[in-house]
Formats: sequence, structure tokens, C-alpha cells
Amino acid sequence: MKYLEEFANPELAARLLDEIRSVTTRRWAMMEVCGGQTHSIIRHGIDQLLPDEIEMIHGPGCPVCVTPLETIDKALAIAARPDVIFCSFGDMLRVPGSDSDLFRIKSAGGDVRVVYSPLDALNLARANPDKEVVFFGIGFETTAPANAMTVYQARRLGVKNFSLLVSHVLVPPAMAAIMDSPLCRVQAFLAAGHVCSVMGTTEYPPLAEKYGVPIVVTGFEPLDILEGIRRTVMQLESGRHELENAYQRVVPDEGNLAAKAMLADVFEVTDRAWRGIGMIPGSGWRLSPAYRDYDAEYRFDVTGISTAEHSICRSGEVLQGLIKPHECAAFGRECTPRNPLGATMVSNEGACAAYYLYRRLELTAVGSNG
Amino acid sequence: MAEALDFEGWSCPVPLRDSPTIVMGHGGGGAMSAELVEHLFLPAFGEAAADAGLADSAVLDRPSGRLAFSTDSFVVRPLFFPGGSIGDLAVNGTVNDLAMSGARPLHLSTAFILEEGTALADLNRIASAMGRAASTAGVTLVTGDTKVVDAGHGDGVYITTAGIGVVDDGVDIRPARAAVGDVVIVSGPIGVHGIAVMSCREGLEFGAEVESDCAALNGLVRSMLATGADVHVLRDPTRGGVAASLNEIARAASVGVTIVEHDLPIPEPVANACSMLGLDPLYVANEGKLVAFVPRADADAVLAAMSAHELGKEATVIGECVAEHPGMLVARTGLGGTRVVDLPIGEQLPRIC
Amino acid sequence: MCLAVPGRIVSMAHEDDTLMADVDFGGVQKSVCLQYLPDAAIGDYVIVHVGFAIQRLDEASAQRTLASFENLGILREEFGDGFALAAHQAGLPVPVEGILA
Repeated sequence: MKYLEEFANPELAARLLDEIRSVTTRRWAMMEVCGGQTHSIIRHGIDQLLPDEIEMIHGPGCPVCVTPLETIDKALAIAARPDVIFCSFGDMLRVPGSDSDLFRIKSAGGDVRVVYSPLDALNLARANPDKEVVFFGIGFETTAPANAMTVYQARRLGVKNFSLLVSHVLVPPAMAAIMDSPLCRVQAFLAAGHVCSVMGTTEYPPLAEKYGVPIVVTGFEPLDILEGIRRTVMQLESGRHELENAYQRVVPDEGNLAAKAMLADVFEVTDRAWRGIGMIPGSGWRLSPAYRDYDAEYRFDVTGISTAEHSICRSGEVLQGLIKPHECAAFGRECTPRNPLGATMVSNEGACAAYYLYRRLELTAVGSNG
Repeated sequence: MAEALDFEGWSCPVPLRDSPTIVMGHGGGGAMSAELVEHLFLPAFGEAAADAGLADSAVLDRPSGRLAFSTDSFVVRPLFFPGGSIGDLAVNGTVNDLAMSGARPLHLSTAFILEEGTALADLNRIASAMGRAASTAGVTLVTGDTKVVDAGHGDGVYITTAGIGVVDDGVDIRPARAAVGDVVIVSGPIGVHGIAVMSCREGLEFGAEVESDCAALNGLVRSMLATGADVHVLRDPTRGGVAASLNEIARAASVGVTIVEHDLPIPEPVANACSMLGLDPLYVANEGKLVAFVPRADADAVLAAMSAHELGKEATVIGECVAEHPGMLVARTGLGGTRVVDLPIGEQLPRIC
Repeated sequence: MCLAVPGRIVSMAHEDDTLMADVDFGGVQKSVCLQYLPDAAIGDYVIVHVGFAIQRLDEASAQRTLASFENLGILREEFGDGFALAAHQAGLPVPVEGILA
């Protein structure tokens, strides 16, 4: 695919790695915020190829992983209703709730459908007027414009049997919360490139200033990740802490104004509990009062949810970068992608899943490979 | 293309003839069932139908040598996709299962579970595809069954085929034979069938220049065995893709398998569709490809034989068997790192992350 | 999060008063909502996330970025670490006369 393959060129990657090695003189720990970046780093083996001095701390940027347990349980309750067609992105299907997941609800007869786009869910609502169609609107700022447009269209077209179960989370407050933690070891951030393509870069200079950390807007392909790391190391080595944009081909400073206007209309900021991390004030979006009619939390009376996280799951510490996945006693034993205890083992972007799927070779020390 | 049905002589009630669909009576074993066999299945199967027609039980000459026996069920949705149909899969799937143990496939049975309301024209298309596929593969369709279920209890058409074949003396092809030092060969580009089917699945629809690779592989296998090479393992990587097959073989033989990502033949539209949906081509189904584990000394001869065959023109080496990490499949990434390629868990779903 | 891939706009049309586009991803076509990029034109590259075009891809910028990677090794050969380091630090484009991508 054009503008994708070129950014995975192995020779250019080797040059970037050489360059990183030549400018690194001491240990640095940086966090890649976005789960997609974590996935790319592990899947391509970038973590293996970086100099040992550089540690990548995996951030909480996996919306699947941080969707509050209570929201998952509400989704399951709604999906189990016989009058409901529950639509979701594929990522959410196996995320464990307190005692079930969407996949099991589907097996038990619930009408759960995987869609590629929220617009597909709206089309389902129009095609099935006798059913209630609910879309599970999770995601960071990248996904919010799609969900916003869909509920905007629903209202404009008068589609009454459609509603959105919203659980959007915002990146900048999470970065601040991570830096505020007394156990934080993060010295710099690779900011989430596609979030910034929507929101722009203006929220980051104040964070860089306040916490004294370089923030480099970074993409997802191998060369983009390596370039983001290279620029970050350059700043760290020279004592700077600024916002830099290493993903300029899709990130203008102002972001996407049309999308931001829609977001301001459809959503309002709210406090949000991040699964495994806890309450981060002002870190989420919910539907604004004008769209309350389309809010599934109001349309469906879902009460009596008592959440219960698995007692030995340490995904919260993983999400905050405090431990690596294999440092959890349950990793690879009670907790595997087939039987996940927490969300970080379910999503491709969850650090636990990435380590389990791609890194078992090193972790189990079964043998050496070249 | 739809073959025309000739309803002359059917005893179906007139209204049915005007809107010909499957009704419960077609599964009842009576006159309507018999008509379905005589007027739809047998003509559609054509020359592949046994001379004796589709008896309740086919009596066959016993071939000399060891018998191979396989069965599979086919539940694909949609029934018709770019490059084929459930009918093609039903015949080629079982033919291939037999071929993967080095057998010469001979005879197939075909059992149908039909949803009431299925269009006879659709069933005719499917049956005709089965007849053509069987002819191409050189197998006969010798017996079968039809049952009908209430509307709403099936995806239109489910097919189960079982097949018998014969394994020549000296042929010993099974997963446990994979050995350290073996070369891993794939017969051609991967991920094609899965993407072709996904491209027309409801809710996903995308246009792609990709047609299913569904094909019978027994001819290709014959040409490989004719070299006299000691082929250790053959597997057609259907559900779960190349990743599932190589993992299963690694576990069965307790060997490690390594593949090189750069060497995997992935057509551009398949790679791009996978990028778009967040899928890994290694996990996408194939229906006309095989992977082979061949001793290093025999690799060149086998590759040459494959390249000379229509279905092996793009055969290529993708990896090898190693002593390290037994039971595990490991890939060398484009950048020179490594990653474990695990067994897939359930179905691959499009993702946002 | 944020699996978004680049594709080229092949055609555009309004459906239900919503601007939609046929986007080509190297041989794979998908219908995409273009409402957030009202100024986009046929032939433009956009990045697409869950059926929505969320940003234009600046092709000139992409080429410049790739060229900068190409130049990394060359610079070291010509000028040695220090110069390259300083130039990068200052965010200056490095002189690349005659060096092909």
C-alpha cells in the first residue's frame, strides 16, 4: 500500500537504528502512548533491535484495555436483551466483564454483530426498525469523530431505534496522570499520531513544559516509530523538553477542524474511570445533553451491576508502565489470550497480549534464536 | 452463471414450480426427495456422478493399498463469493484433505442440510459447481443425502462431504514426520480465499481484485511425489491460515519452525485488505494452496516439479525446521527482529486498534 | 488504537446528504465517509479509520520524510556524527544536492 510500505523499508530502518545507537549515551525510559504503537514495536521486533539503554514503557493507549469494567458489564446486559442488536468493533468481543463477555453473550443467543464502521450499525438500525440497535462507542479521540458523525446522522435522519453506548477516553489527561504518579519513571513520550491528526498538537506544549518531558508526535510504521524514538533521544541527550512533530504527513498543528467542531457539538468532557488505573478527572467524553436521547445508558435502564475484577490481575500496573507483562505472576499461566483475566491480554494492542503472542520465545527461554 | 432447471416431469405442485424453492418434503425421503436427486443433483453432477446414480449406499471395488478416509463440513457464508461457491469448497476441501496424506482421492459422498426456502436455482448452481470440481479432480460422487430444516435454522445450505482415497506403498506423509533441517515450501500466494470471502460479507463489503483460490491439489501432489522425494508433511492451510498449519505441525513433530516474513508470497490486494482491516495474512484462509515439509536434499527437485504445475507456479521456500523452540512457530520480521506466530484464537475479526 | 491506513480518493458522491468517497487502498476499494474533509479532491490521499477519512496525507511531506531517512547514513559518511547531530538538533534541512531517494 502506497505510503505504508515505504515506511517499513528495512535498509532505512537499519540506518535509523544506527543513528539512534550513535546518539545514545545513557539510559532513557520513554513511553509510547498508543497501543497501536506498542503493537508495531513488538510485532516488528523494534524492542529487540534498539540499544539496551533505551527502554520502551508501554502506555495505556489501548481503548479496549481501559474501557471501565462497569461499562463492559452494562454492554453485556444490553446485548443480552432479545430486542437488541448489539454492534461493536471486533476488538471488544472477548474483553472480559465481571463474569462474561460479548462472545459468550453471542453464543448464548444474543444478537451481537461485529462491524467495521459505526455507520454500518446505523444502517442496521434503518434496516431493522423493529429492533433496538446499540453501538458500542469506545475509542480515543481518533475514533470519536466517526461515532459523533453516526449519532449526528441518526438524529438528522430521525432514526429512533439507534443509540450509542459511549466510553471515549482522552490522551492528554492520561499522560498527565501518568506523570503525576509518584512511581513514574517516564522521561519522554511518543505521542499518539492519529489522535493528533484529529486533535492537533496544541495540547502538548503545556504538558512538555509542566513535566519537563520531550513529547514527539509519532506514527505507526517501523520508520515512523524509529524516527520518533530518534528525535526523542536527541532531545533527552541535549536536555530539551519540547513538542516535536515527527508525523507531519498526516498531523497538522491544528488537527481536523471539521471533526473538532462536530466533537464539540456531540460530546462533553466528563470524568472517566480507566480500567486498571482509576478515576482520571476530565479524561473522557460522554454524549452532550442535545444527544441524550441517543445515549444507551439512558435508554436502557441498566442497574444492579456489581463489578468484580479478577483478584490477581495486574493490568492496571501494566497500563501505567509500572510493571512489564511478564512480571505478573499470572502471565502465561492463569492468564493467556485464550483465557484472559484482564483486558490487556485480550486486545492485540494490550501489552500483555503483545508480549504473550510475540515474545514468548525470549520469556520462556526455551532456546536461542539468531 | 446459473444453469437452467428443467421442470418438465416434476410432480411438484404447480405453485412450487412457479417459485421453485426447497420445502420440507424435499428432505422427507419420498417422491419429492427422489425428484430432487434425479432432476437436480444427478444432472448437475454430470459426468462426476457415479454410473449407478446416487444410491443409498455405494458398493465400490476395493482398491489395493492403504485406504485414506476424510470428512469435512462446509458452512461458508456467503454461499457464492468471487471465484467460487460452497459447492467448490465442499468437493475440493475433502479432495485436498485426502491428498494431504498422499492419497489418490477416488470417491466422495455428499450430504446436504437445506433451509426451507432455499432457491432451487441456487442449489443447482452449487451442485453444478460440485460436479465440475469433482470432474476436474478426477473423483466420483457416489452417494449422498438431503435433509431440510425449518426456515431460520440454517444459512441456506450446509454441505458435508466424506471421501475415500488410496495411498500408494512407500508414501508416509503425516505431521509427525517433520524433521529438523526440513525446508518449508508454500505452493503459491497466501490469504486469497479468506479475503475474497470477507470482501462480500455483509457489513464489510469492499471491492478487491481477489478471487478465491479454491482448487483441487491432488494433481499437484502427484507431481511432487513423482519426483521420488521423501515428502514428510503436506497440509492445506484452510481455517487459521498458514500460521495454524505450521503451528500444528510444529507441535505434532516437536520441532521448531521458522519462517521469513520477507519470503512470504502475499498478493498486494490481500496485503492491503489485511492492512485496512487489521488482519495478519498468516491467519487468513487458503483453499487452493499447500505447505510442504521436504528434506533439504529433495527441495530443489520438489520445487521444480511444483513450478511446472498449474497450481504450483509460484511455489517458494518460506522457512525451515529447526531444533530450537520446539512446538513453536517463529517469524523473522522485515526489520530483522523475531516474533512468535501463535495459534490463532477463534476467528480473526476486523479491529480498530 | 487508531488503525488508520492511507488510500487514494477515486470518486465522490453525496448519499443522504453525506459526502462519501470510493477510496482505493492499492487494489482494495472501500466506501468511506468524507464529511470531515470537505475540501478533499479526487486523487488526494487520505487516512481512513473505521470507514471515515480523518486527515489528508501530505504527499510532499511524506517524500521529504523518506528523503531525510535516506540521508542519515550519507551524512555520517560525509560529515561525521557531530555535524549531522547539530543539523538535526537545529531542525535544519540537511543539504542533499544530487542524492537520490
